[in-house]
Amino acid sequence: MKLTPPAALAKLLARLPAYPASLAFATAFNLTVWKSLQDLDWEALQERRFCVHVRDTGIKLWFSVATSGLKAEKAGQADVTFTATLMDFTRLALRLEDPDTLFFNRRLLIEGDTDLGLRVKNMLDGVEFETLLASFPGVLGRLVNRVRERALREGMA
Amino acid sequence: MPKPLLELICPAGSLPALKAAVDHGADSVYLGLKDNTNARNFSGLNFDAKALAEGVRYAHAKNRKVLMALNTYPQPTTLKRWQQAVDTAATAGLDAIILADPGLMAYAMKTHPHLRLHLSVQGSATNYEAINFYHEHFGIQRAVVPRVLSLPQVENVVQHTPVEIELFGFGGLCVMVEGRCLLSSYACGDSPNTFGACSPGHAVRWQQTPTGMETRLNGVLIDRYADHEKAGYPTLCKGRFEVQGETYYALEEPTSLNTLEMLPEMHRIGIAAIKIEGRQRSPAYVAQVTQVWRAAIDAVKRNPATFKPQPAWLTQLDKVSEGSMHTLGAYYRPWK
Repeated sequence: MKLTPPAALAKLLARLPAYPASLAFATAFNLTVWKSLQDLDWEALQERRFCVHVRDTGIKLWFSVATSGLKAEKAGQADVTFTATLMDFTRLALRLEDPDTLFFNRRLLIEGDTDLGLRVKNMLDGVEFETLLASFPGVLGRLVNRVRERALREGMA
Repeated sequence: MPKPLLELICPAGSLPALKAAVDHGADSVYLGLKDNTNARNFSGLNFDAKALAEGVRYAHAKNRKVLMALNTYPQPTTLKRWQQAVDTAATAGLDAIILADPGLMAYAMKTHPHLRLHLSVQGSATNYEAINFYHEHFGIQRAVVPRVLSLPQVENVVQHTPVEIELFGFGGLCVMVEGRCLLSSYACGDSPNTFGACSPGHAVRWQQTPTGMETRLNGVLIDRYADHEKAGYPTLCKGRFEVQGETYYALEEPTSLNTLEMLPEMHRIGIAAIKIEGRQRSPAYVAQVTQVWRAAIDAVKRNPATFKPQPAWLTQLDKVSEGSMHTLGAYYRPWK
């Protein structure tokens, strides 16, 4: 599974203002996977600011967690920042990749409050993929699952 | 009942990891509760009552076992928490608990006489006299042997004890002063034996700088990785330090244990179970590693004489390993 944005697109994306990108991300997140995550214990994460830095696109997403889902934040200081490529973030989200393996290979960087970063990682690991999948609309869910099944066959056969 | 032979014991830090282990062929899964009663006490990791009940149900439905690690040392003011964890394990129908503290063993034996007890690697019993002592006094039925003995020494233990012997087969290595290592407390005030983690998340800071990624433990710089270098876990033992003008891994280099090629020998000497390290790892790791070890153990049981680790297995295991090399550890050691 290859997912590397062309250099020209990456340059363009990096120039986009961060807030609309964060807003689009938070909205998409809230419309899909939030349903399956809202029962988690988000207490320790309230009022903390997160940054997801997609290294190869230059995009940085800033957000916090509120009672109704993710809330887009303006660019600035984050309590914890996750940095990886688009491909590696996608593989992590699809549960194809182990975060520690990426860390050993210098493909995942967690800067800032490590404990907060670990908490998020472990909380998300604790949610079953099928549960996440069920929160996507039918067609989209089936598509996501097909991509994952294919990658699993390729990687672990 | 005959002693088990080469059971596959896999780690789970979450319910999806437990299911991944069961689905990919683990005979038993070991786990811990969400507090410092076990040595993988990381934020957001481990099992609450609901996940524990579902995990036990899932594993038992497929005829697999679930073991609970209660392998840290209670302090006088917090003893109740450890005793309650023993009660929780008994009530939830765990197949065994893995203990290091003799006081807790006595409690378990008295309060839950039918609960099976394993001696944790943290108990640091490296000879058969010690293991037999735990067997006679607390009814320990299995011991996880510290990673400091050579395989001939392990064989000598197996021959002189009625206790099943479990060995680590794969995963991260440390300085192997198991149950007695206080190194991390010098930097962050917490040691794994009481806090349940060597380098608690609150003490760890990673930062990308122009000269590389820096790892700090409570402010103390313990390593700086150039861009091409693989990183290790942020523990003091695996840091690089300046000693007499030279900066290097003064204690040990991050390395993974991988004993696949010793499986025929472990089979021959009657090792009851092989443990895979990594309760802090994700379900993806558990699935990948369990799959390889299931295939390898099945192959060695079919025909130990012709067993050879497949290159694809080694590639898969190396991929998820800490450090850029793997080792047989002390198991292969010509000197005594």
